[in-house]
Amino acid sequence: MDTVRFSVLDLLNLDLREHNALNLRCLGGRKGLGRQISVPDLNRPGLALSGFFDAFAFQRIQVFGRGEYAYLEKLEREGDLGTAKRIFEFEMPCCIFTHSLTPQAEFLAAAEDANCPILQTDLSSSEFVGRILRVLSDIFAPKTTIHGVLAEVFGIGILLTGDSGVGKSETALELIERGHRLVADDVVEIRCVNGNYLMGQGANKIVGHHMEIRGLGIINVTHLFGVGAIRDKKQIQLVCNLEEWDAEKVYDRIGTDEKTVDILGVNVPQLDIPVKPGRNIPIIIETAAMNERLKKMGYHSAKEFNRNILRWLESENARAVYFGQDDNL
Amino acid sequence: MTEKSVSIKNRAGIHARPAALIVQTASKFKSKIFIEKNSDRINAKSIMGIITLGAGFGVELRILAEGEDEAAAVEAVALLFDRKFEEE
Repeated sequence: MDTVRFSVLDLLNLDLREHNALNLRCLGGRKGLGRQISVPDLNRPGLALSGFFDAFAFQRIQVFGRGEYAYLEKLEREGDLGTAKRIFEFEMPCCIFTHSLTPQAEFLAAAEDANCPILQTDLSSSEFVGRILRVLSDIFAPKTTIHGVLAEVFGIGILLTGDSGVGKSETALELIERGHRLVADDVVEIRCVNGNYLMGQGANKIVGHHMEIRGLGIINVTHLFGVGAIRDKKQIQLVCNLEEWDAEKVYDRIGTDEKTVDILGVNVPQLDIPVKPGRNIPIIIETAAMNERLKKMGYHSAKEFNRNILRWLESENARAVYFGQDDNL
Repeated sequence: MTEKSVSIKNRAGIHARPAALIVQTASKFKSKIFIEKNSDRINAKSIMGIITLGAGFGVELRILAEGEDEAAAVEAVALLFDRKFEEE
């Protein structure tokens, strides 16, 4: 996997809304907007402003809050922003002022000379820090693409995998027809968020929500089935691997052993589903989704069933012992 | 595993028709065939996958195949690129 290339301009261009909005605008240093953000982390440059540069994390985004701003103001009153301007000797990705604070003209001019972008947000420092860390961890999350179909079935994100021609897209089509939602067909981009959560989406906005059905060609799911039939992204909670029915292979008949598959270091439950004519795969997938929900609610059908059998056998044994072998009706 | 680098020689790049040609050719082989662009690897038997690569004119791609007929598969797919997908 190659490293993520993400510039300050990309940060400004992100389409973030509601609880993720960063409300950033650029105040100066526009020439430096192409600077790369290489570390998904922040730094409060208090010490650097006072002239202490040991272990200064200049590669990080620098956040100026009320404290840093007050210090700059004090320096300006005393007529010497010199030490503060020395931070521009380092190539920082950008400086961000929170609380809609506007830096001193002299400081801005120094940033302009150093081509260091100065951004401003109306959020408070703590809120801004929380949001931008979330956004950056999303962008820098490990990523992979998988050949498969991602659909949301009864609220469960199901990734259908399997060889070409096994019927993934056809299964997805039937699922859509039955009121479920398509997230991505054929190419699913998966990101591991926070190290324990897999988020899947289409790899490309233009190709997204189109499907290729053999015999029909390429269809636009949004136009054919309506916006209710699609979804932009969804957590992957279950993997269903479709495979040609193999008479030699032993398939799970009880369901008490849980098989998982490792995707980007996260273990996701996986079901191997054999496909052969006459087996209605969409219904099996729907049932798997509902079963998965039951499991999440704490009810495991197969295990509960086995527990009941054990209890019943035990009581039968006890009865046999009590009544003697002959009376056992 | 056999692999070969190719570049896209037709002006339009890989749009729907060339993608379909690649898939048709790839599907004739038993091997698993992949196409790589930078670090993105997709299955060459998937039309949507190939289009998603967004491979325009001049882009360098790598064709990889693994299986019993891998050498023939790579050659057949690479030939399509050389012939500019019968366009132009």
